[in-house]
Amino acid sequence: MTENARTADAAFVEFAHVQKSYDGETLVVKDLNLDIGKGEFLTMLGPSGSGKTTCLMMLAGFETATHGEIRLGGRPINNIPPYKRGIGMVFQNYALFPHMTVAENLAFPLEVRHIGRTEREAKVARALDMVQMGAFGGRRPAQLSGGQQQRVALARALVFEPELVLMDEPLGALDKQLREHMQFEIKRIADNLGITVVYVTHDQTEALTMSDRVAVFDDGRIQQLAPPDVLYEEPENSFVAQFIGENNTLVGVVREINDGVALVELDDGELIDAKPVNVTRPGERTRVSIRPERVEFNKARLQPGAHTLKAEVLEFIYMGDIFRTRLRVAGNDDFIVKTRNAPDQRRMQPGEQIEIGWLPTDCRALDA
Amino acid sequence: MSDITRNDGPTGPMLAADGTPLKRSLARSLRRQKLRALMLIAPLLVFVLVTFIAPIADMLFRSVENQIVSETLPETVLALRDWDAKAGSLPEEPVFAALAADLQAAVAAKTHTRLGSRLNYENSGISSLFRKSGRDVGKWDMTTDGPFREKFIEIDKGWGDIGVWQTIKTYSPRYTPGYFLNAVDLAKGVDGIEARAANERIYITLFLRTLWMSLTITASCLILGYPVAWLLANLRASSANVLMILVLLPFWTSLLVRTSAWKVLLQQQGVINDLLVWIGLVGDANRLVMINNQFGTILAMTHVLLPFMILPLYSVMKTIPPSYLRAAKSLGATDWTAFWRVYFPQSVPGIGAGSILVFIIAIGYYITPELVGGTKGVFISNRIAFHISSSLNWGLGAALGAILLVAVLLLYWAYDKIVGIDNVKLG
Ligand SMILES: Nc1ncnc2c1ncn2[C@@H]1O[C@H](COP(=O)(O)OP(=O)(O)O)[C@@H](O)[C@H]1O
Ligand SMILES: [Mg+2]
Repeated sequence: MTENARTADAAFVEFAHVQKSYDGETLVVKDLNLDIGKGEFLTMLGPSGSGKTTCLMMLAGFETATHGEIRLGGRPINNIPPYKRGIGMVFQNYALFPHMTVAENLAFPLEVRHIGRTEREAKVARALDMVQMGAFGGRRPAQLSGGQQQRVALARALVFEPELVLMDEPLGALDKQLREHMQFEIKRIADNLGITVVYVTHDQTEALTMSDRVAVFDDGRIQQLAPPDVLYEEPENSFVAQFIGENNTLVGVVREINDGVALVELDDGELIDAKPVNVTRPGERTRVSIRPERVEFNKARLQPGAHTLKAEVLEFIYMGDIFRTRLRVAGNDDFIVKTRNAPDQRRMQPGEQIEIGWLPTDCRALDA
Repeated sequence: MSDITRNDGPTGPMLAADGTPLKRSLARSLRRQKLRALMLIAPLLVFVLVTFIAPIADMLFRSVENQIVSETLPETVLALRDWDAKAGSLPEEPVFAALAADLQAAVAAKTHTRLGSRLNYENSGISSLFRKSGRDVGKWDMTTDGPFREKFIEIDKGWGDIGVWQTIKTYSPRYTPGYFLNAVDLAKGVDGIEARAANERIYITLFLRTLWMSLTITASCLILGYPVAWLLANLRASSANVLMILVLLPFWTSLLVRTSAWKVLLQQQGVINDLLVWIGLVGDANRLVMINNQFGTILAMTHVLLPFMILPLYSVMKTIPPSYLRAAKSLGATDWTAFWRVYFPQSVPGIGAGSILVFIIAIGYYITPELVGGTKGVFISNRIAFHISSSLNWGLGAALGAILLVAVLLLYWAYDKIVGIDNVKLG
């Protein structure tokens, strides 16, 4: 019991003050601190060039950290060569060995571990079955479709039963439908095996649907580390708010902060209420963020005394399940409102003048 | 009748819009395309035919052609038909009479010395025999001066030697395998094919030496070139460019200059020996012999041919993504295992291409062995050159060349069987 509690407590993978520079001039990773629990599915999400791959490569052992320590199961691994780390890895281009059959590819990690022939074959067969590729053992990678290669790469990274598996944009080359299917498959397999997964992607939907926690990277730093729902609903800064999901922003200055509600004066003079997230004192410039589905234009549903804003309808788009209305609000022409297609839902006409509002808790005052 | 012209009929050939069968109009339109393509490449085709195919065909022809005997001595060849070369007696008077007539014509046309040289390849001494006889025979009166047998033997006792007559009879057909036999140290005797005298056997040794030295050169190029190609493919672009210039540098220097440089370095009073003596590794009295032998040839040719190994290797290695090695290591392979099981097999097409290229260039190489090979380090090509430009025995040179060509084709075929020519990537 105490034993279990301790392992659950201690992080399985730890980045402690890790920095990385390739050229000695710029830091690609700036002071990375990250604890990943055992069995966790953690996604590194961020725009291209934000340092995600670099972090993964340092963990796998293909790049050395310029500063700081990386620990695996409590043990520093900075000086352990990649082949001794026992970390499974799925590469973006799959990196299946073209001169070996699928079965030989899978047997490779077992052979180098000197596992006997019968056991090896059993493990290969089991791993192939796990990804529904049991019938393809004799094929060469070039004879498989992209999705099939992806499955084989996954099976190969898992066949030697690593506790930690790294995946660098593994679904990047697949079409949308296949990608969604594989997201589900990977998640299912990871849960079944109880492995720890560090997953890199620049696709936010992928990150939100698969992960236990998401680390949003930008400019070599983790901008926010949180479960998907928290990340979406409570972004901690404007980068995260912009990067995850669709988002409306209004720019203004904080006038006062009372009882956890900030009064913000927008640039065109109108006043709104917002939840102060990383603004602390009046006079600060702020970027206010509201999700399109949290905007309300039915006055009856707003709290009494809530501030409202005048808006002009610019465009109405019927999208089937939802309506998407583009408004001009406080000088912003790209203010989007999403409403559910319900029988009583009003369809607004371009040119209409309306008033919109929201709950102060849904409107977050972030850094400018 | 209406059946034939119907376009959509269930039976009969498919017809094009103008009523001709679809197959024929397709063939016609394709033929026009092919003709146009052929016209585009016609200049190249002609060039290749004239400069490449024709000389090879000519060489193959010369290696068996032997019309000079029957053209210069037509009557003699006819008369010799009934003579039994194995009987041990000289031909009878009619043969000598025919020879006299033929020689007179040949002297008038000044072709007798050429025939002498030709037959001298097979039986040394015949050349002077023809030259000497030519002077006198020209003055003979064919109707009154007979019988000629004694007169010929009077001019030169050679005419009384059965061997001379055997040679003439053996080489009287218009085509002969003689050059080829000669090229593999055999001779065509009266009793058929026989081995040459031990001191005349040089070509088999030379072929074998050419073969194993080319293999050695190919192997040393591979051993030296593989790491360089790997560096080229894996260094950062700026460093790789500098290295590439170093690899290509030899191409910008004359081959003669490079080979002569090896002479300067390797000779007994050369730089390397001086250095070794100076550090005391070898005594001044027994300086190393590194040139004018096989070592010199192998060393200099490895240097000359190295780029031909490195470039194909590099072009293949460049296409092997580094993620394969990373994947292998992440799967638990040590650096060596990852290289040997994953990288090396994928570089095999480059090894094949480089090796074939180097080997084929080496096996026909001429200048470098000529300059640094001495007597023990020369190749078959040097012998071919000798026959083409010094001894003027073009037939033998052509036969040697033809054998070399066949040997290369055979090796190429064997390579295809063992490794597969599809596996060769030259770029
Ligand atoms: N091997 C390398 N050498 C030099 N710079 C590199 C190397 N790999 C990546 N970088 C740089 O580091 C930054 C982060 O790259 P990367 O970690 O690949 O980002 P991401 O995976 O998030 O797209 C980029 O600016 C990239 O140019
Ligand atoms: Mg990346």
